[in-house]
Amino acid sequence: MSPTAGLLLFRNCLAMDSQGIPCVGIETFRQCIIDSVKDGGRLCALFYVPEQVIGSPRIIGIVAQDEAGSLGVISAEPGMTFPALTPGCQQAHWFEREIHEQYGVVPEGHPWLKPIRFVNGSDTIGVTDFFKIEGSEVHEVAVGPVHAGIIEPGHFRFQCHGENVYHLEISLGYQHRGVEKAMLAFPEKRRLHYMETLAGDTTVGHATAYAHICEALAQGGFTPPRAMALRGIALELERLANHTGDLGALAGDVGFLPTASFCGRIRGDFLNMTALFCGNRFGRGMVVPGGTGYDADRERLEELLLRLGRAEKDVLGAVELLWETPSVMSRFENTGKLALQTCIDLGIVGPAARASGLHRDVRSDFPSDIYRFNHVPVSALESGDVFARAFIRRLEIQQSIKFIREQAQSLPGNGVKKEIGNPGKGLFVVAMVEGWRGEICHAAFTGSGGELSHYKIIDPSFHNWIGLSLAMRGQQISDFPLCNKSFNLSYCGHDL
Amino acid sequence: METEIIAMYAFSIIHMFVGFALAPLMIGIVNRTKAVFAGRTGQPFLQPYYDMVKLLRKGAVYSRTTSWIFRAAPVVGLACAVAALAIVPFGNAPGLLSFEGDLVFFAYVLGLWRFFLVIAALDTGSAFEGMGASREVQFSAMAEPVLFVGLATVATLTGSLSLSDMIAGLSLPLAEIVLVAAALFVVFLCENARIPFDDPNTHLELTMIHEVMVLDYSGPDLGFVLYSAALKFWVLGALIIGITVPLDEGLPVWASCGYAFLGMVMLALLTGIVESVMARVRLLRVPQLLAAAGALAICALIFSMR
Repeated sequence: MSPTAGLLLFRNCLAMDSQGIPCVGIETFRQCIIDSVKDGGRLCALFYVPEQVIGSPRIIGIVAQDEAGSLGVISAEPGMTFPALTPGCQQAHWFEREIHEQYGVVPEGHPWLKPIRFVNGSDTIGVTDFFKIEGSEVHEVAVGPVHAGIIEPGHFRFQCHGENVYHLEISLGYQHRGVEKAMLAFPEKRRLHYMETLAGDTTVGHATAYAHICEALAQGGFTPPRAMALRGIALELERLANHTGDLGALAGDVGFLPTASFCGRIRGDFLNMTALFCGNRFGRGMVVPGGTGYDADRERLEELLLRLGRAEKDVLGAVELLWETPSVMSRFENTGKLALQTCIDLGIVGPAARASGLHRDVRSDFPSDIYRFNHVPVSALESGDVFARAFIRRLEIQQSIKFIREQAQSLPGNGVKKEIGNPGKGLFVVAMVEGWRGEICHAAFTGSGGELSHYKIIDPSFHNWIGLSLAMRGQQISDFPLCNKSFNLSYCGHDL
Repeated sequence: METEIIAMYAFSIIHMFVGFALAPLMIGIVNRTKAVFAGRTGQPFLQPYYDMVKLLRKGAVYSRTTSWIFRAAPVVGLACAVAALAIVPFGNAPGLLSFEGDLVFFAYVLGLWRFFLVIAALDTGSAFEGMGASREVQFSAMAEPVLFVGLATVATLTGSLSLSDMIAGLSLPLAEIVLVAAALFVVFLCENARIPFDDPNTHLELTMIHEVMVLDYSGPDLGFVLYSAALKFWVLGALIIGITVPLDEGLPVWASCGYAFLGMVMLALLTGIVESVMARVRLLRVPQLLAAAGALAICALIFSMR
């Protein structure tokens, strides 16, 4: 049987008729997804759409075969209860908890249906059953939601024996704003802003995914090539700023000052390069449906290349210092290992997956826009520890700089924005973008009048939080901040 | 002769006040050194003083779960710091309360201080502070023997059990002294919660050792804790400087104190440099580092008994 049997194959960022999504019996649906994931697939999204969207309440699964570069969709009518996929496909566990929380549909056989965002009125945020290890020598350490540093709120519970961590449970939801609902409830003009503020450090990533959705729904053909290149530059600048910041923060966590301070400054340089184009350090207003909000003139591009050259020298030097310091390397190596099989089972994405040896990168697996024409090599390492996650960032910094330089030197013709028409009726589209943290997946439906009828967002953090939890098993509790920083996941991206 | 002894004691008293006044400056020097290495301007040298003055003017907040132990600990800590300062010689000036066998007293004054800090941390009932207390006790149980063996070496070399006589009696730089100084420097970094043992600047409560134990202190209590910590830096530093910087007995006391002060500044610089060029070691490796220091101290002791 082919790994995609039963799935309807479709392309990233290309709209299709929503009635064309195959609807099968729930058992067939379950088996199809489980088989497909066993055959090397990955569950990108599993979500529920209410009745008004495509005529009947459906559960929709999107499976990606990364190596084959194929995306497949399948759906079923689950009713109020359905047999959970989780026992056969671990990747579904968080999605099923989400479905249960949002719509009250019960996936029967799911090991523990706890709320993930505490969105229902009856829930008090953070109040739930936590996994507990019994025993007089076991102690529990609870951290957050208010942390010592200036970071987002999240609650972490460690079950420890002395300094050893047996289990870490992560409880989020403090940042839930209801973005998915707001996308439908508020006027179209505000949608881009919701996307740009969905996860502030991934402004360009989410805005690009949203722009792809709008363009695909309007079915108006290609984005101007110049805009594609500029979007690519903005996305890679975002990657550069965040990877640089992360490497600095990793150095800070082990108390290695020079790299920590230098990278903090250089991150600002990269942010300022983004501001060079659009006036905003995080790239707000840069990517808009139909193209980009700003064009880049010759002087600006020259200035970019000049600054890029300086920042490249600085960042590579500062990062090299980390690798030259044995005490830093001894902290990074063998800390927070995430096994390859665990990554495969849980559907981990982004640098965390690549650090464990998975060649998984939307830019090369499901390329859209500029990445269809300019290939970015996938960086992967085997060891899966903090060292590997740091090294992946180092490699990606080099590749992103190279990519930006190539694009800025050969920016194609004129025009950065094309008016896109009204969205088509009864369409379904999935847009995937490789943000700096990993795969960003947006899915949208339009109704009979062409209005947006459902919008689903999956930030890479949604897949990866559980990875952090498992990477901590058997580790020292004092190494948690380091492991946490090596994943650097988004709280608000998860909480939506 | 009598006037000389009076002059000595006058200098001992002056040393007490110099220690009180200049101890926080050493912390300022360490911080400034780190800033320079990190490419920053850094805080003013006097920042630790400003911080303490600010804290003394503030009110304190006490958790409802704490008892008198929690409130007593900063005062006990400061008293212990003052007692330790009164024993340590500085330059040619002997310790004010110097007596035969005071090195044991010195070690256990530090022990009493730690004991109160630990039980006060446990008193708060916080998981973090419990963890910090457990780490502190584990590591100090290994650091204390190193300190003792190191001092025992010096005692063997000089045939005295009083810190002041021991240090005054030391002459030429010997191989033993180099080993003892290295071992004591490791103890010094560990006891003062510096990198590679602990990161005094971290905000990550799960990785801290010393800092996490004092998380619940605020206002004047925190001021006391910080000031005692600065005094500890001074006291242990004075010990190392006393052992490593041999001073001619004929030197005027004021000049010898000047040299000792220069030595303290160098030590603060060295601490700042160590903190800048290396990362913290993993907590699991801390005992190995202390064991290595212990090995150095034991070697020194064996050499000294030839």
